[in-house]
Amino acid sequence: MKITLLFSGIAVNCLVVGVGIMLAPASKAQNAGSLRPVESFQSISDKRARSVALFEEAGKVIQHPRCVNCHPATERPLQGMSMRPHQPPVFRGDAGMGLVGMQCNTCHSEQNTPVVGQADTLKSIPGNPAWHLAPIEMAWEGKTLGQICEQLKDQKRNGEKTMAEMVEHMAHDELVGWGWQPGDGREPVPGTQEEFGKLIQAWADTGAACPSP
Amino acid sequence: MVTFTLNGKTRTFDGDPETPLLWVIRDFEKLTGTKYGCGVAQCGACTVHLDGMPRRSCITPIAMIDGSDVITIEGIAGKEAEAVQTAWAGLDVPQCGYCQSGQIMSAVALLQMVPKPTDDEIDGAMTGNLCRCATYHRIRAAIHNAANAMEG
Repeated sequence: MKITLLFSGIAVNCLVVGVGIMLAPASKAQNAGSLRPVESFQSISDKRARSVALFEEAGKVIQHPRCVNCHPATERPLQGMSMRPHQPPVFRGDAGMGLVGMQCNTCHSEQNTPVVGQADTLKSIPGNPAWHLAPIEMAWEGKTLGQICEQLKDQKRNGEKTMAEMVEHMAHDELVGWGWQPGDGREPVPGTQEEFGKLIQAWADTGAACPSP
Repeated sequence: MVTFTLNGKTRTFDGDPETPLLWVIRDFEKLTGTKYGCGVAQCGACTVHLDGMPRRSCITPIAMIDGSDVITIEGIAGKEAEAVQTAWAGLDVPQCGYCQSGQIMSAVALLQMVPKPTDDEIDGAMTGNLCRCATYHRIRAAIHNAANAMEG
């Protein structure tokens, strides 16, 4: 990885443009903002088809920019509904916490932080006690839902989690939960974490079948 | 009431808990070396040390720092700070100077953590500190000079 100071030079020249982009209104909601309840999938008699349908519903959350932005395929996190590269230009570093001297907590706090005296389109800096990037083997950026599904079941690429541990992670992990509480001015992922957790549990219970890759 | 240490002295703040640390430092403590640049952690001009780590004060609510130790450009000390000061003067690093207190706070923090940083390590640590005069080449050279001076 080569980050040149020239890059910062370019960045300053583009600062006004960059901030302008950052302040652009969030794109229209790509989801209805809700998740179908698990019970509504009972009408699908074929177990495998039901399992796939459950995961596709959960995919509304998994593939939302709020989640994918911190599961990048490169060393750099993404930002916003347009999933542009993070500004300032920060990089993964040890344990996904950023490089020495420019770690996530240089700017991000343990909670979403309101900003003062800014445009109405930028209301807060996101934050969480566990704020960090997912490991590179858990990258979701650019992958289909089917590929992500297989990845979630692969213990080499899911943090050595059993399916029960994966369900627990999705249903109760605090940083996962940030997606539903992303701070003022930021679109949350659809539904609630409880509903999402139930979908993942039901997906696991029906054999954890995956959509086509 | 928020109580914290500022440059080694115990201070209190009894205003709006969402007041950014930057404005407590500048408006209430009258320490104006720390600069306002963008207000949204995009430029690094407001960098201070919070419990020994670089932190953008413009997006740090004062309530968050209760019990913490804050160091500003006015209070920076130690061998890294002395080496950086000497190196900065030696290369005449600043042009307009507005961003320089933030640059120096980031540079000192880097040297405290990595005494002999590579170009990549310098770039990684300093990438969030913008300089409209584009003094980046002198900043990087000065950090190397400071590291060499500390090494003896």
